[in-house]
Amino acid sequence: MWSSRLGGPRPLACGVEELRRRRREREAALRKARREQQLVSKRLLREDVPEEAAGEGADAPLGEAEVQQFLRLAQRGTDEKEREKALVSLRRGLQHPDTQQTFIRLEGSMRILVGLLTSNRALLQLEAARCLHELSHSEQSAVAEACLPATSYLLTYLSGHSSDFIELCLYTLGNLIVESEAVRKQLVPQGIIPALAACIQSPHVAVLEALGYALSQLLQAKEAPEKIIPSFLDSTLPQHMLQLMQPGPKLNPGVAVEFAWCLHYIICSQVNNALLITHGALSTLGLLLLDLAGAVQRTDDAGLELLVCPVLRCLSNLLTEVPVEAVGGQMLLRDERIVAALFILLEFFLQKQPSLLPEGLWLLNNLTANSPTFCTSLLSLDLIEPLLQLLPLSNAVSVMVLTVLCNVAEKGPAYCQRLWPGPLLSCLLNILALSDTEAVGQSLELLQLLFLYQPEAAQAFLQQSGLQALERHLEEIQLRDRVHAVQHTALHG
Amino acid sequence: MLLPPALQARLAGAPGAAEPLPVQRDSAAGAAPFLFSPRPVRFPRDHQFFEDGDVQRHLFLQEVLTQVAEEPEKSRVPEFTCQVAGCCQVFVALEDYQHHYHMLHGNTCSFCNRAFPSGHLLDIHILEWHDSLFQILAQRQDMYQCLVEGCPEKFKTSQDRKDHMVKLHLYPADFRFDKPKTNRGPSTPGAAVELSARPLRDDEEAMEVCSEPAMLTPCRRTYSHRIPSTICFGQGASRGFKRTRKNKHQ
Repeated sequence: MWSSRLGGPRPLACGVEELRRRRREREAALRKARREQQLVSKRLLREDVPEEAAGEGADAPLGEAEVQQFLRLAQRGTDEKEREKALVSLRRGLQHPDTQQTFIRLEGSMRILVGLLTSNRALLQLEAARCLHELSHSEQSAVAEACLPATSYLLTYLSGHSSDFIELCLYTLGNLIVESEAVRKQLVPQGIIPALAACIQSPHVAVLEALGYALSQLLQAKEAPEKIIPSFLDSTLPQHMLQLMQPGPKLNPGVAVEFAWCLHYIICSQVNNALLITHGALSTLGLLLLDLAGAVQRTDDAGLELLVCPVLRCLSNLLTEVPVEAVGGQMLLRDERIVAALFILLEFFLQKQPSLLPEGLWLLNNLTANSPTFCTSLLSLDLIEPLLQLLPLSNAVSVMVLTVLCNVAEKGPAYCQRLWPGPLLSCLLNILALSDTEAVGQSLELLQLLFLYQPEAAQAFLQQSGLQALERHLEEIQLRDRVHAVQHTALHG
Repeated sequence: MLLPPALQARLAGAPGAAEPLPVQRDSAAGAAPFLFSPRPVRFPRDHQFFEDGDVQRHLFLQEVLTQVAEEPEKSRVPEFTCQVAGCCQVFVALEDYQHHYHMLHGNTCSFCNRAFPSGHLLDIHILEWHDSLFQILAQRQDMYQCLVEGCPEKFKTSQDRKDHMVKLHLYPADFRFDKPKTNRGPSTPGAAVELSARPLRDDEEAMEVCSEPAMLTPCRRTYSHRIPSTICFGQGASRGFKRTRKNKHQ
């Protein structure tokens, strides 16, 4: 199931260093965009244009006269092949932003395109849809808005049976959705949710992946919590989505990734997560996590974190919404395999994507906070030492690891007896040598619990010059009181 | 990170967990100045915590290109004609024919040969154009249903329906699949179809097939050419986004 992705490395004009540099640039741009809440990314279905060919006139912009000519030929030409070729030329031209601007400024151009889109000539229809797809890739919202007359037809065609065409319509819709609020404002009353609910019953994997993409763009919109997610939750889409995310031989990774992100946008919007829980979201996602941990061991697929990340997020957020009385009814919360799976995935993150470690630790916190079962699992599965190995990675990671350890320690002496003797104390002394206030603060919390429930640990602490390690933090306002208190507990029990 | 060797075996093992150790808290544990109490944490949509993962997601979206090439990859076949009675279109590629078949013959009205993009629209068409019972009922109650899937509204006349679709659903007033009933083609079964054989202009009577008269048997009500959605002419739409990671994480 988790076979390696198709498509080997292609020979490219630029070297690996250049690629890395470009990727770093894009990453920086994305971070900036996210901070400004302008995160917009699209998907383009297009034949691969080799990088070298760009700039050789392959996508030189078309002038107004040319656009007009191609449109006229496509609309009125007598020979079918000629009409098709004209549209192909137009489409190629529309890859260029200048041509897109020229096109939308030309009066009647969209009307003609829509006419071709709804014509009785299937091939012209397909090419017209491809032209729209090119337009949808524009980064100018004006271009996206120029496509508004076409949206009712794109939605209508989602109920058809031509899967390639439906896929194209879905990607086009997804691109338009993310670009312009005006487009979203039109699509919702036009019935995009029921249209997608009908479309999700398609047996074609490519269609489902495209649908997931379009839906993820819709759910990511800033107005989604008020305007979109409620109708989404009222539809049959949630159940279908969860159905399609069940682990098993029929699970498609590409589809699962898109739907997992959809679920994440829904859940973190906190509209009605209780409904998702009644649809079995927790158990589906939990089983999926187990499956992913198994896959990680079998393949070297570096793309799995794309699916692991949203699944982790969904689980973590959903766990905060399980009412205490319902905990016993959730099988997931009594199955320590989830802890085993999480650690396997933490290891995977460490190798492939360390920046995602905090997200994994977040789930671990939510699993252990109110669960003696899972705190016991950490101890009985010998996971404390691996956890400690993560401490030196970063301050953020330290704080989270220490928080999880506090979750365990605060449950009482039976738990603390299993935390010490062991490497824990020397790790804590190392933390005290740092200057990060939050990490030191969390280690003080842990020391307090440890000394309270396992007094022998206090003795060892004193013998290892613990008091001196504490001294240097007395000047920090946020730490002072706690340092005093820990010193007192260590000395007087 | 050195994981205990038994962990993988545990993952593959049975569900369940060991009996939890007894919980026994001392009231001094959470006392001031200490702040800690265990609690699950919730992060909302735009929280900064999600930044790294979101950036990875978007890098993925941006990097992906499909490997579906254009014409060169189509399955070229010797020229053939669509076999549907009266259709005269010629093809040289199976994908083209597949699209044509679904779009123009997939949901075709057997009474008047009009093609529709979906079974939903075809059903409504047959009801409103070819069902005499509908006409009778429509005199007494609201029968014209909204064309938007999921909308339960019904109307007295097709004009009222159109107004609703324009006002509420923001549909174009000249929506192609909501043409008012005309006298072209039969509205009752049994009449012979006399469609012109000239190639139709695209902007008139969308989706009508250029054809010779089809033979119709009288009193046939709801039969329609409906192709199961799984028919895919042996091509299988398994293309999707074939990911080429141009650079690997190392």
